[in-house]
Amino acid sequence: MNQHEHTGGESASADSSRRSFLKQSSALAALVLTPPTAMAAADQGLDEKMAAAFEQMPLQVNVNGTAHRLSIEPRVTLLDLLREQLHLTGTKKGCDHGQCGACTVHVDGARVNACLTLAMTTEGSTVTTIEGLADGGPTGALHPMQAAFIKHDGFQCGYCTPGQIMSAVACIREGHANSPDEVREYMSGNICRCGAYANIVDAIMDVKKGGAKV
Amino acid sequence: MMKDLTNPPIDRIDGRMKVTGGAQYFADFDLPNTAYCVIVGSEIARGSIASLDTKKALGAPGVLGVFTHQNMPPIPGWDAPVGGEADGPAPKPKTEETYRILSSPKILFDGQPIAIVVADTFERATYAASLVKATYTKQPTRTDLHKHVSDGVAPKGAEGGNYLRGKADAYQTAPVTLEANYTIPVEVHNPMELHGILAHWTAANTLMIYAKTQGVNATQQAMAQAFKLDPKNIHVHTEFMGGGFGMGLRTWPQETAVVAIARKINRPLKLVVSRSQMFTLVGHRPYTVQTINMGADRDGKLIGIAHAATAETASYEDFTEATVNMTKFMYACPNVSTRYRLVRLDRSVPIWMRGPGEATGAFALESAMDEMAHKLNLDPIEFRLRNYTETDPEHNRPYSSKHLKEAYQRGAEAIGWKNRKNEPGSVREGDWLIGYGMSTGTFNAFRWEASARILLKADGSLTIQSAVTDIGPGTGTALTMIAHNVLGVPVDRIKVEYGDTSLPKAPTQGGSAIVSAVGSAVYDACTAIKTELAGLALRAGGPLAGQQADELTLADGVLSVEKEPKKKVAVSDLMQANNLTVLDKTKDSKGGPELGKYSMYSFSVHFVQVRVNPQTGVVRVTKAVSVADSGRIVSPKTAASQMIGGVAGGIGMALTEEAIIDHRFGRFVNNNLADYHVAVHADVPAIETIMIDKPDPIINPMGAKGMGEIALIGFAGAVANAVFNATGQRVRDLPITPDKVMQKLA
Ligand code: FES
Ligand code: FES
Repeated sequence: MNQHEHTGGESASADSSRRSFLKQSSALAALVLTPPTAMAAADQGLDEKMAAAFEQMPLQVNVNGTAHRLSIEPRVTLLDLLREQLHLTGTKKGCDHGQCGACTVHVDGARVNACLTLAMTTEGSTVTTIEGLADGGPTGALHPMQAAFIKHDGFQCGYCTPGQIMSAVACIREGHANSPDEVREYMSGNICRCGAYANIVDAIMDVKKGGAKV
Repeated sequence: MMKDLTNPPIDRIDGRMKVTGGAQYFADFDLPNTAYCVIVGSEIARGSIASLDTKKALGAPGVLGVFTHQNMPPIPGWDAPVGGEADGPAPKPKTEETYRILSSPKILFDGQPIAIVVADTFERATYAASLVKATYTKQPTRTDLHKHVSDGVAPKGAEGGNYLRGKADAYQTAPVTLEANYTIPVEVHNPMELHGILAHWTAANTLMIYAKTQGVNATQQAMAQAFKLDPKNIHVHTEFMGGGFGMGLRTWPQETAVVAIARKINRPLKLVVSRSQMFTLVGHRPYTVQTINMGADRDGKLIGIAHAATAETASYEDFTEATVNMTKFMYACPNVSTRYRLVRLDRSVPIWMRGPGEATGAFALESAMDEMAHKLNLDPIEFRLRNYTETDPEHNRPYSSKHLKEAYQRGAEAIGWKNRKNEPGSVREGDWLIGYGMSTGTFNAFRWEASARILLKADGSLTIQSAVTDIGPGTGTALTMIAHNVLGVPVDRIKVEYGDTSLPKAPTQGGSAIVSAVGSAVYDACTAIKTELAGLALRAGGPLAGQQADELTLADGVLSVEKEPKKKVAVSDLMQANNLTVLDKTKDSKGGPELGKYSMYSFSVHFVQVRVNPQTGVVRVTKAVSVADSGRIVSPKTAASQMIGGVAGGIGMALTEEAIIDHRFGRFVNNNLADYHVAVHADVPAIETIMIDKPDPIINPMGAKGMGEIALIGFAGAVANAVFNATGQRVRDLPITPDKVMQKLA
């Protein structure tokens, strides 16, 4: 986890990270109780450690089939955790405010906006991102929805696409893909500025009618 | 001309990358030790910073620096013009003001960066940015174009000033006259990908940049000027860009600042701006007011048109676009005058947005054409046909190609134009009023200079290389089709490498010009390879010796004699026999002087059916047909997508998009995607696209004209015209929101 050690990365186990958090916390409490020491500590750059002690929390989450034991800041969103710490950059940031759907992932099977989800709230959950939807990669099998997006050209720049596909899969699973109009309604949280909507709806209806398991 | 092989609708070549999350946009690149920065914006629109407190931010955990006008590292080339549009950097027309990011306490627009906070994580930079506090000395703020129209100045340059053909006031004495004012609000590109940059000084004078740019060569050039570096030492990579629509047509000041700060802190530095900053830091379609005066005789022949437009620009830069141009050449009209003015306001500078000024102008002109048709009691298509022109009346020369009549006819059939009643407000279905509208669009078809390299290997695979960036239209797919058509290499054996300055130079993706420009270079390089292969086969002792070059065909890796297919040689055998592992050709391509004899334009016609609810004022587009006359369609599948994308953009432009300023503060109040409404799934119906698909014999060897802009240009006018047809009420201020419709219907 090279450059991200300071913010987290994998720790040996959640238990041990919890222990070390407690240990650091008590060290910190001691510093706070003795202000002059704390001042000196700050001068020596220990404020970083103090901050880290406050900022880091343990998190266990399964992402795309891999169990992660992490130590992260509580204010980190699931989106930034995926992108900046786990390097799963298929999930995109389009607004960071739950307004565009570019960051749509599945948490325990339900579609959520990863930017509106604090990573800490996924404790014990299973997260699926576009990278985990199928084998994918340069040659692996595609999920039927991925294949349908290619067939119907359901994208242009491709930036909203991971979110559209994750949403589309959920849309069918939820039972909200019974007509093009219903799909339009239930996909309206996913903006495509390139305007591939008509083709996206075709792709979803195609998968739905094809009856493939999504 | 390219031999007319079929252009099957192949899948987008980068489809798999895009559906699996494998496509890497600038912010997806992972460089060890990357630091993150967050921009703090000004809270006033005009004045100066009185005090700036950065101490708390500096003390926050993980902060590596807070950069303001007091400590910004120098940008040595600030005095060189930093442009980076279309053909590389161009000096901007000077106004009295200059804006140089973080160079002085002066504030020229709301949201202007006053500090850039750098930290080791995004969260820490974001938090520390919230701790930067400024106080200001405010000055009176001018942001309302309507209040300052009379301050308009004639901009310098080609798009500025006045145009006159015939008599300026001829419309006044025509038997039927019309005067109407049209308004376009600020629209914001809002591509889904946020703007930013990842900059990495790999050595003292060597720079690696992952950018959100529509042209890697332009960014390279701009940075070379800003940092006084040899462009060769600057490597820019943008293989994927999450939409641009024009906002990536120049290098923005904050990109330059990030590069300067990255050098200072000696770490890779990443900026991803917030959605709200997308409204102020990367341009917008300028607020524009227009007046059209039109006069016609009772037979529906145009006598005169006067088209005046006044647009906002920044106090520090004159941004111009071709708002009034369509009026000069679209219709056979003996008397045409246009006037274009700019008003400098305390706003950030606009930039071309899809269809740019032409889309703004087309809304006015094509609305006015509809209004005049109504006055004449003519069908709007019939009125256009009565003023149809086969030659360009502005330049008195022929069009390189124009099949607009066919486009009118095919579009009318597809939408069911015959169901339209010329009497407005006469069709009702349940609670809804039904209307039909149409509009024409047009945009220059360019042939810019570009280069491309083709590598044909003995194993039959082919690689296309060009620096061009594919921001979404399917450039790579189109280039693949061109190579396939010239060399007969199966599309799945063709690879395209693009979006990187290490590759042959290409223009910025813009102006609907890339298939024409880069496609021609690919065509030329492939043709050179074909000629060489033919030479090897035909020469004495060669496998097809004695045949003529023009008898040969090349398909699926086999060169054969067309009439005697048994006479053939596999390209791989031919290359091996000549000890060639690869044929490698790079070609620069540009049009010849003969292009100057023609006016080259793409044309579109948009048809819509709308429903208007007279109880609520809600307008729904229920059917859309867009017809493109853009020459030969090289890649049918991605071309159709471009057209449907234009419809979605056009629906937003017509019905919902408007960045609203609170003029007390000079600030946008809806600078986010919840309040600035772009079209979503529920707004966009099924769309029919029709390609005329007739090659333009002049512009380039493929016969292809552009289509990115015409997909949008005119669409908003078609909607406005349909709303009129449905209700009998004309809304001349975009967007056509329910309140405006209700006001008219009241
Ligand atoms: S980035 Fe999460 S909804 Fe836009
Ligand atoms: S494909 Fe570009 S935003 Fe959807």
